[in-house]
Amino acid sequence: MTEPPAPIERAADGGFRVHLDPEERDLLRRLTAELEVLLSAEPQDPSLRRLHPRAYEDEQVEREYRSLVGSELESLRLEHLRGLEETAGRDRLDGEELDRWIAALNDLRLVLGTRLDVSEDEFADGFDPNAPQAYELAVYAFLTWLQEAAVSAAAQSL
Amino acid sequence: MSSSTSAPGVVELERPAESEHEEHDRPWIVVVWNDPINLMSYVTLVLQKLFGYSLAKATELMLQVHNDGKAVVSSGTREKAEHDVARLHAHGLWATLRQD
Repeated sequence: MTEPPAPIERAADGGFRVHLDPEERDLLRRLTAELEVLLSAEPQDPSLRRLHPRAYEDEQVEREYRSLVGSELESLRLEHLRGLEETAGRDRLDGEELDRWIAALNDLRLVLGTRLDVSEDEFADGFDPNAPQAYELAVYAFLTWLQEAAVSAAAQSL
Repeated sequence: MSSSTSAPGVVELERPAESEHEEHDRPWIVVVWNDPINLMSYVTLVLQKLFGYSLAKATELMLQVHNDGKAVVSSGTREKAEHDVARLHAHGLWATLRQD
Protein backbone atom coordinates (compact mmCIF):
# COMPACT_ATOMS: atom_id res chain seq x y z
CA MET A 1 0.00 0.00 0.00
CA THR A 2 1.31 3.44 -0.85
CA GLU A 3 1.13 6.45 1.42
CA PRO A 4 -1.46 9.04 0.40
CA PRO A 5 0.25 12.18 -0.93
CA ALA A 6 0.76 15.08 1.46
CA PRO A 7 -2.01 17.69 1.04
CA ILE A 8 0.61 20.30 0.10
CA GLU A 9 3.80 19.51 -1.80
CA ARG A 10 6.63 21.51 -3.24
CA ALA A 11 6.59 21.39 -7.05
CA ALA A 12 9.67 21.16 -9.26
CA ASP A 13 9.16 24.73 -10.52
CA GLY A 14 9.40 26.16 -6.98
CA GLY A 15 5.63 26.56 -6.53
CA PHE A 16 3.39 24.35 -4.40
CA ARG A 17 0.74 21.77 -5.29
CA VAL A 18 -2.45 21.43 -3.21
CA HIS A 19 -4.33 18.13 -3.00
CA LEU A 20 -7.60 18.66 -1.15
CA ASP A 21 -11.19 17.51 -1.63
CA PRO A 22 -13.89 20.05 -2.56
CA GLU A 23 -15.41 19.52 0.92
CA GLU A 24 -12.10 20.35 2.58
CA ARG A 25 -11.76 23.49 0.48
CA ASP A 26 -15.32 24.52 1.42
CA LEU A 27 -14.46 23.98 5.08
CA LEU A 28 -11.43 26.30 4.76
CA ARG A 29 -13.59 29.01 3.14
CA ARG A 30 -16.24 28.70 5.83
CA LEU A 31 -13.74 28.75 8.74
CA THR A 32 -11.87 31.80 7.42
CA ALA A 33 -15.12 33.67 6.71
CA GLU A 34 -16.40 32.88 10.22
CA LEU A 35 -13.20 34.11 11.86
CA GLU A 36 -13.23 37.32 9.77
CA VAL A 37 -16.77 38.02 10.99
CA LEU A 38 -15.89 37.22 14.61
CA LEU A 39 -12.84 39.52 14.48
CA SER A 40 -14.90 42.50 13.35
CA ALA A 41 -18.16 41.78 15.20
CA GLU A 42 -16.80 40.60 18.56
CA PRO A 43 -13.13 41.52 18.91
CA GLN A 44 -13.33 40.96 22.68
CA ASP A 45 -14.49 37.34 22.34
CA PRO A 46 -12.44 35.24 24.79
CA SER A 47 -11.54 32.70 22.08
CA LEU A 48 -9.52 35.45 20.32
CA ARG A 49 -7.24 36.15 23.28
CA ARG A 50 -4.39 33.97 21.97
CA LEU A 51 -4.25 36.14 18.83
CA HIS A 52 -2.96 39.11 20.80
CA PRO A 53 -0.52 37.99 23.47
CA ARG A 54 0.99 40.58 25.80
CA ALA A 55 4.41 42.06 25.03
CA TYR A 56 4.99 43.70 28.44
CA GLU A 57 4.15 42.82 32.02
CA ASP A 58 3.44 46.47 32.87
CA GLU A 59 -0.19 47.44 32.10
CA GLN A 60 0.53 51.00 30.99
CA VAL A 61 3.42 50.05 28.70
CA GLU A 62 1.37 47.17 27.30
CA ARG A 63 -1.45 49.60 26.41
CA GLU A 64 1.06 51.82 24.60
CA TYR A 65 2.43 48.83 22.67
CA ARG A 66 -1.10 47.73 21.76
CA SER A 67 -2.09 51.21 20.56
CA LEU A 68 1.00 51.33 18.34
CA VAL A 69 0.92 47.91 16.70
CA GLY A 70 -2.56 46.54 17.43
CA SER A 71 -4.31 47.78 14.29
CA GLU A 72 -1.41 46.81 12.05
CA LEU A 73 -1.37 43.26 13.43
CA GLU A 74 -5.12 43.12 12.92
CA SER A 75 -5.03 44.19 9.25
CA LEU A 76 -2.18 41.76 8.57
CA ARG A 77 -4.30 39.00 10.12
CA LEU A 78 -7.29 39.85 7.90
CA GLU A 79 -5.01 39.91 4.84
CA HIS A 80 -3.83 36.36 5.66
CA LEU A 81 -7.37 35.06 6.25
CA ARG A 82 -8.68 36.61 3.02
CA GLY A 83 -5.67 35.19 1.19
CA LEU A 84 -6.55 31.66 2.31
CA GLU A 85 -10.25 32.19 1.62
CA GLU A 86 -9.60 33.46 -1.92
CA THR A 87 -7.11 30.74 -2.88
CA ALA A 88 -8.78 27.80 -1.07
CA GLY A 89 -9.94 26.37 -4.41
CA ARG A 90 -6.55 26.47 -6.11
CA ASP A 91 -4.39 23.48 -7.06
CA ARG A 92 -1.22 25.58 -7.17
CA LEU A 93 0.18 28.27 -4.89
CA ASP A 94 3.24 30.49 -5.06
CA GLY A 95 5.46 31.10 -2.03
CA GLU A 96 3.64 34.23 -0.85
CA GLU A 97 0.27 32.54 -1.12
CA LEU A 98 1.56 29.56 0.87
CA ASP A 99 2.88 31.92 3.57
CA ARG A 100 -0.63 33.39 3.89
CA TRP A 101 -2.08 29.87 4.19
CA ILE A 102 0.39 29.04 6.95
CA ALA A 103 -0.34 32.24 8.92
CA ALA A 104 -4.12 31.89 8.48
CA LEU A 105 -4.11 28.18 9.41
CA ASN A 106 -2.16 29.08 12.52
CA ASP A 107 -4.69 31.75 13.53
CA LEU A 108 -7.58 29.34 12.94
CA ARG A 109 -5.83 26.75 15.13
CA LEU A 110 -5.10 29.33 17.86
CA VAL A 111 -8.78 30.30 18.05
CA LEU A 112 -10.22 26.79 17.80
CA GLY A 113 -7.54 25.38 20.11
CA THR A 114 -8.32 28.07 22.71
CA ARG A 115 -12.04 27.30 22.46
CA LEU A 116 -11.34 23.56 22.90
CA ASP A 117 -8.67 24.16 25.54
CA VAL A 118 -6.41 21.65 23.78
CA SER A 119 -3.30 20.20 25.35
CA GLU A 120 0.09 19.71 23.69
CA ASP A 121 -0.52 15.99 23.10
CA GLU A 122 -4.25 16.28 22.39
CA PHE A 123 -4.40 13.16 20.24
CA ALA A 124 -1.84 11.03 22.09
CA ASP A 125 -4.60 8.56 23.04
CA GLY A 126 -6.15 8.66 19.58
CA PHE A 127 -9.30 10.38 18.42
CA ASP A 128 -12.56 9.63 20.24
CA PRO A 129 -15.49 10.06 17.82
CA ASN A 130 -17.90 10.06 20.76
CA ALA A 131 -16.27 12.96 22.60
CA PRO A 132 -18.71 15.84 23.24
CA GLN A 133 -16.75 18.13 20.92
CA ALA A 134 -15.78 15.45 18.41
CA TYR A 135 -16.62 17.60 15.37
CA GLU A 136 -14.56 20.60 16.53
CA LEU A 137 -11.69 18.29 17.50
CA ALA A 138 -11.80 16.72 14.03
CA VAL A 139 -11.66 20.18 12.43
CA TYR A 140 -8.71 21.07 14.70
CA ALA A 141 -6.93 17.85 13.70
CA PHE A 142 -7.58 18.63 10.00
CA LEU A 143 -6.13 22.15 10.35
CA THR A 144 -3.11 20.75 12.19
CA TRP A 145 -2.49 18.10 9.50
CA LEU A 146 -2.76 20.74 6.77
CA GLN A 147 -0.50 23.22 8.55
CA GLU A 148 2.16 20.54 9.16
CA ALA A 149 2.21 19.83 5.42
CA ALA A 150 2.29 23.54 4.51
CA VAL A 151 5.15 24.23 6.96
CA SER A 152 7.08 21.21 5.74
CA ALA A 153 6.71 22.31 2.10
CA ALA A 154 7.73 25.91 2.96
CA ALA A 155 10.75 24.70 4.98
CA GLN A 156 12.03 22.84 1.92
CA SER A 157 12.20 26.12 0.01
CA LEU A 158 14.21 28.08 2.59
CA MET B 1 10.98 37.45 2.47
CA SER B 2 7.44 37.73 1.21
CA SER B 3 5.17 40.65 2.00
CA SER B 4 2.85 38.47 4.04
CA THR B 5 5.56 37.92 6.59
CA SER B 6 6.64 41.56 6.79
CA ALA B 7 6.54 43.07 10.24
CA PRO B 8 4.31 45.88 11.32
CA GLY B 9 6.26 49.13 11.54
CA VAL B 10 6.85 49.94 15.15
CA VAL B 11 6.90 53.56 16.05
CA GLU B 12 9.18 54.55 18.86
CA LEU B 13 7.47 55.03 22.19
CA GLU B 14 7.95 58.19 24.18
CA ARG B 15 9.93 57.30 27.21
CA PRO B 16 11.02 59.09 30.34
CA ALA B 17 14.69 60.10 30.27
CA GLU B 18 16.92 57.50 31.87
CA SER B 19 18.71 58.82 34.91
CA GLU B 20 21.30 56.08 35.09
CA HIS B 21 23.57 55.56 32.15
CA GLU B 22 23.93 51.92 33.17
CA GLU B 23 20.17 51.49 32.97
CA HIS B 24 20.37 52.55 29.34
CA ASP B 25 23.08 50.04 28.47
CA ARG B 26 21.39 46.91 29.72
CA PRO B 27 20.00 45.09 26.69
CA TRP B 28 16.37 44.18 26.23
CA ILE B 29 15.69 40.49 25.67
CA VAL B 30 12.94 38.81 23.67
CA VAL B 31 11.51 35.65 25.22
CA VAL B 32 9.33 33.11 23.40
CA TRP B 33 7.12 31.01 25.72
CA ASN B 34 5.84 27.49 25.25
CA ASP B 35 2.18 27.02 24.35
CA PRO B 36 0.12 23.95 23.50
CA ILE B 37 -1.06 25.06 20.04
CA ASN B 38 1.85 26.33 17.93
CA LEU B 39 3.50 23.43 16.12
CA MET B 40 7.17 22.70 16.77
CA SER B 41 7.89 22.75 13.03
CA TYR B 42 6.07 26.08 12.70
CA VAL B 43 8.03 27.71 15.53
CA THR B 44 11.28 26.54 13.92
CA LEU B 45 10.22 27.94 10.52
CA VAL B 46 9.24 31.32 12.02
CA LEU B 47 12.58 31.64 13.87
CA GLN B 48 14.46 30.83 10.65
CA LYS B 49 12.47 33.31 8.57
CA LEU B 50 12.35 36.22 11.03
CA PHE B 51 15.89 36.07 12.37
CA GLY B 52 17.75 34.30 9.57
CA TYR B 53 18.80 31.52 11.95
CA SER B 54 20.11 28.24 10.53
CA LEU B 55 17.88 25.18 10.82
CA ALA B 56 20.16 23.88 13.61
CA LYS B 57 20.04 27.11 15.61
CA ALA B 58 16.26 27.56 15.15
CA THR B 59 15.64 23.92 16.13
CA GLU B 60 17.79 24.32 19.25
CA LEU B 61 15.81 27.40 20.35
CA MET B 62 12.48 25.71 19.56
CA LEU B 63 13.45 22.68 21.67
CA GLN B 64 14.48 24.99 24.51
CA VAL B 65 11.00 26.59 24.36
CA HIS B 66 9.38 23.16 24.24
CA ASN B 67 11.42 21.55 27.03
CA ASP B 68 12.18 24.47 29.37
CA GLY B 69 9.02 26.49 28.72
CA LYS B 70 10.84 29.49 27.25
CA ALA B 71 13.91 30.69 25.35
CA VAL B 72 15.61 34.01 24.67
CA VAL B 73 15.48 34.38 20.89
CA SER B 74 16.94 37.84 20.38
CA SER B 75 18.19 40.90 22.26
CA GLY B 76 19.31 44.47 21.69
CA THR B 77 17.93 47.96 22.12
CA ARG B 78 14.37 48.35 23.33
CA GLU B 79 13.30 49.47 19.85
CA LYS B 80 14.78 46.37 18.22
CA ALA B 81 13.37 44.03 20.86
CA GLU B 82 9.91 45.56 20.56
CA HIS B 83 10.05 45.28 16.77
CA ASP B 84 11.04 41.59 17.09
CA VAL B 85 8.17 40.93 19.52
CA ALA B 86 5.69 42.55 17.11
CA ARG B 87 6.97 40.34 14.27
CA LEU B 88 6.62 37.24 16.48
CA HIS B 89 3.10 38.34 17.48
CA ALA B 90 2.24 38.76 13.80
CA HIS B 91 3.03 35.04 13.49
CA GLY B 92 1.00 34.04 16.54
CA LEU B 93 3.92 33.22 18.81
CA TRP B 94 3.73 34.02 22.52
CA ALA B 95 6.60 36.52 22.90
CA THR B 96 7.43 39.12 25.55
CA LEU B 97 10.30 41.56 26.12
CA ARG B 98 12.03 42.85 29.22
CA GLN B 99 15.25 44.56 30.17
CA ASP B 100 17.92 42.05 31.16
